[in-house]
Formats: sequence, structure tokens, C-alpha cells
Amino acid sequence: MNTYSPVDWFPLSLSLRVAVLSTALVLSVGTALAYLLSHKEFRGKNLLDSAITLPLVLPPTVLGYYLLVLVGRASPLGRVYEAVFGQPLVFTWPAAVVAAFLHSAPIYIKAARAVLEGVDYHYEWAARSLGASEWRTFWRITLPLARRGLTSLGMLSFARSLGDFGVTIMVAGNIPGRTQTLSVAIYDAVESGNGHLARIFVSVISITALALLWSSTYWSQPTRPSSAA
Amino acid sequence: MGIDARIVKRLPATRATAAFELNIHLRADAGITVLFGSSGSGKTLTLNCLAGFVRPDEGRIVVNDELYFDAAAKVNRSPQRRHCGYIFQDHALFPHMSIRDNLLFAAPDNDRRINELLEAFDLTSLAARKPAQLSGGQKQRAALARIMISEPRLLLLDEPTRGLDIQLRESFYELLRQTPERLQIPIVLVTHQIDECLRLGDSICFVENGRISQAGSRDAVLAKPASVEIARSFGIYNLLPAEIVALDPRRNASVLHIAGQEILGPPLPEQRSGDRGFLCIRESDVAVAAQGETNRLTLGIVGSNASPHGIRVQCDSQFCITVSQAQWEQLRGSVHLEVVLPPAAVHFIG
Repeated sequence: MNTYSPVDWFPLSLSLRVAVLSTALVLSVGTALAYLLSHKEFRGKNLLDSAITLPLVLPPTVLGYYLLVLVGRASPLGRVYEAVFGQPLVFTWPAAVVAAFLHSAPIYIKAARAVLEGVDYHYEWAARSLGASEWRTFWRITLPLARRGLTSLGMLSFARSLGDFGVTIMVAGNIPGRTQTLSVAIYDAVESGNGHLARIFVSVISITALALLWSSTYWSQPTRPSSAA
Repeated sequence: MGIDARIVKRLPATRATAAFELNIHLRADAGITVLFGSSGSGKTLTLNCLAGFVRPDEGRIVVNDELYFDAAAKVNRSPQRRHCGYIFQDHALFPHMSIRDNLLFAAPDNDRRINELLEAFDLTSLAARKPAQLSGGQKQRAALARIMISEPRLLLLDEPTRGLDIQLRESFYELLRQTPERLQIPIVLVTHQIDECLRLGDSICFVENGRISQAGSRDAVLAKPASVEIARSFGIYNLLPAEIVALDPRRNASVLHIAGQEILGPPLPEQRSGDRGFLCIRESDVAVAAQGETNRLTLGIVGSNASPHGIRVQCDSQFCITVSQAQWEQLRGSVHLEVVLPPAAVHFIG
């Protein structure tokens, strides 16, 4: 008869914390970048678009390497982070947030750009001609009209943030109880032959992802007016 | 009070469209100026430049003595500082807001004025509804109320009655006719519809391929279209190939040769005998000849069809005349029709 040791749920709680923070970052920074790409014409726009798309095609190890160089203790950015927060970024749980952000932001930005471009510009023009600033137009008109699409994409981002493995293990490592996220814990459990733990974590992540995808699809459905005069 | 806008805007060719250049000088006073012309001639682009949504490449836009745009001086006032009321084809009422909130967006903290306007536009009972719950005419009234509350200094309308039935159009014309009196501002209306042009326009600018090919008061433009293309676009004229056979300044008249017949025309001081062109006369100025009437033209009848004003008889050379049912009964079976062309109504396009 098999006896199972109690499950340590830290990887799940860390993954949820990382996904929440990463999604918050994606929604704010990603939406701003998507708005820039969808509503502005500027030199270097195509280059910025390509740079945003790059993480989608590069291997996670390459992305992880870039991050280590960019935010490592020896880099200027890493030193600034350490000076502000009193600890290095790499091999800490916030590094997992950065990794998850990098994993989910490109898809969000590309799709959010299409969502924002899909908002009928007549509404935005009407708002501007009624005296609204671009900022007020964005908050009162563009964002509410894009709300369903962006919410759906936010859920997808959350699901993707939960599942990052490659970049996370490169920059945050695999320190149980400190930086071990759910996907890293699954890898660890399989490596150590703990099939029971692997099955539990795989089930949790699969059910969560399915629930998020269902919600995302639900939110992306267009609403129809309930009645028409 | 008025508009003085010189606008040059070049649009490069794309895979789907050819290159286009808008190059116009629009002058308009308070009252309704109609931009009339075919699709793609640059009418909506002109409105977008006036409103500040599209930046012209060259030119200068002054509205009510305020400088909106000057390419040379690098002045480009943002749309929200131009105070242009803009009514789009689809009205652009914010779909996620109620009608009251749409008005509140234009004038925050002005509940008293909002209530007045909702009342004036018969929208009080619909104020809590969203635009999707309104009919076309109600949406139109709401769009106009929203514009009015923003107290615009210039009103721009882009085919505001497109897709509406006759009754709704009539009620909108009525509202719009009252607007210049209420607001005392210049209004620029883009339309394809000749009845809208005739009903509303104080002046008309005919836009063709990015240029204004004729501008003036409504009556002046309609009395003398500058070209055959303009006359054809209005769709209310009969055009017949004609040759000037005599000019008689002493009798203040000319003689035109049309389809083997001669008719008396207006004095044509800028033309010479032998010049060829087109006789242009409004369909409504042509009448079936009665006994004793002069300046007759005989035309072969090609066909007929019912129209809102009677029976429209089609003759040779695409000449058309609308007759009453009683007149048509008299004409039935005839192969020819004699019409009278009053010399004062005849215009010669050389």
C-alpha cells in the first residue's frame, strides 16, 4: 500500500502570486504599448512591433540568457534594482514575475492591438470633437469599448503566466519554498520520481487553464442588445 | 463669422486605392454650405481636416477668425480645441452609455441644460436608454442634441440622413433648418442626395476629384452648372447637344440648333456663333407645349415610368419630362412629344 507525503502547496501559491502580478503588469504596460501601436504613427513603429514579437519566436533559454545579462547583479539595471529593493532580482521570486511577463506580454500586446484597432474610430473622433482630451477619450470611450476583448486577453495572459517554465528556471531558478513555481515543481517531481505530486500539480494547472480559457472565450463573445425600439 | 480654409492633403497610393490629392479653397459663411459630389471626391476628407482628425500637408484653416491650422506657421489646433460639432453617418453615439450620459460626456455638470435639450429634442422618456435601443430617427435627434450641448463653433455633418426613410429625413431637415438660427454658426453638410442639397443648402460647393469645381449660392449654382459633369451629377437637368447658330445681343437672345430644330436661348456674350456644347435646362422648367406657345422642341418618346410627381416620360437624347396623369392620358399612343423650353431657363454649357 502506497503512502503519500503531504502536498506542499507553496508552488501553487507562488504561481498564483506570480501570475497575478505578471498579469497586472501585462494589462498596464501591455495595454499602453498596444494603444501606442494601434493609434500612433511614429518612426521605428515596425521595429518596436518586431521587438515585442521576438520573445514569441526565441527559445526560452535565449530569453533567459538575455534577462540574466539585462537584470543580473553586474548589470546597471540589476544594480539599480538591488539599490532600490535591497536584494538582487535574479534567483528571487520577483524574477519569476519578470519571466512570466515576458512569456505572456507579446501575445497580449499583439492581440490587444487588434482589439483596440477594432474600436470604431468614429466614437473616439466624436469624443475628441466634443472637447475630450486623448486621455479622457481613452479612459471613457476606447477602454470601455475594448473591455470585453482586453478582459478575455487578460485571462489568457494569466493562464500563460501560470505556465512559464523555461525563462523562469533560467532567471528565478528552482529553489523549493522560494522560487519554485508550479511548472518548475512538476519538472522537479517528475525528475525525482514523485508521480503522485506531478499528477496533482498537472491536474491543478490543467483544470485552472481550462477554466481560464473557457472564461476567456465567454468574455470574448460579443453582446447583443437585449431589445431594440 | 465663417470658414476660410485652404487645404492640401495628399494620400499615397495603396494596394487598394490610387494616389489622391485634395486641393481646395473653401469659403463659407454662417448658414449651411453643402459639399456635393460623387463618392471618393474628397468631401469627407475635407470635413476631417476641418475637424482636426486629419492633418493637411499644406494650407491654412481659419474658422470664425480663429486660426485652426497653418502649415507654414506650424499651427495645428487639436480636435478638442476646435469646438467642431461633427455628426457622422452612423451618429457615433457612445454605445456603452445612456443617452443622458452621452450628453453628460459633452457637458459634465450641466444637468439643467441637458434636461432642456432632452425636452427640446423629445428625448426625455428615452434618456436612460442606450443607443442600440433607439430607432434611427431617435438616434439622430440624440446626436444633434449632444452636439448642441457642446456649443460648437462649427457644425460638420457627414451624410447624416443616409439609410433613413423619407419621414425621418423630413424631420431631420426641419431640425437642421432651425439649427443655424439657434446657433449662428457655419454648417458644412456633405451629401450625395440632391433633395437634401436643395432643401438645406444656402450655398453649394461641387467637389470633383479633390477640387472644388464650382461654388456659389444654391440658386446661382443650380441656375448655371459650370460643366456637363456637374449638371449630370445633380441629376435634375436635361442635357441636349446644341450648336449656337446665331447670337443676337440686341434682342438679348441666341439661337440654338438642337436635333435639327432651332430654339431661342439666352444671351451668350462669351460664346461665338458656331460654338458647340450642351443645352442645359432643369426638368422642372420644361413643360408640355400648349397651343400658341413658342420655343417648342419636338422629341420622340422612348418610354415612361411612374414617379412620385406623376409620369416621367423619357424621350430621345435622354431628355425627360414629368407630366401629370391627365397629360399622360392625352399623350398615350403618341410617338412624339412637343415641349416648351423657356429661354430664360435655358443654360448653354460650352
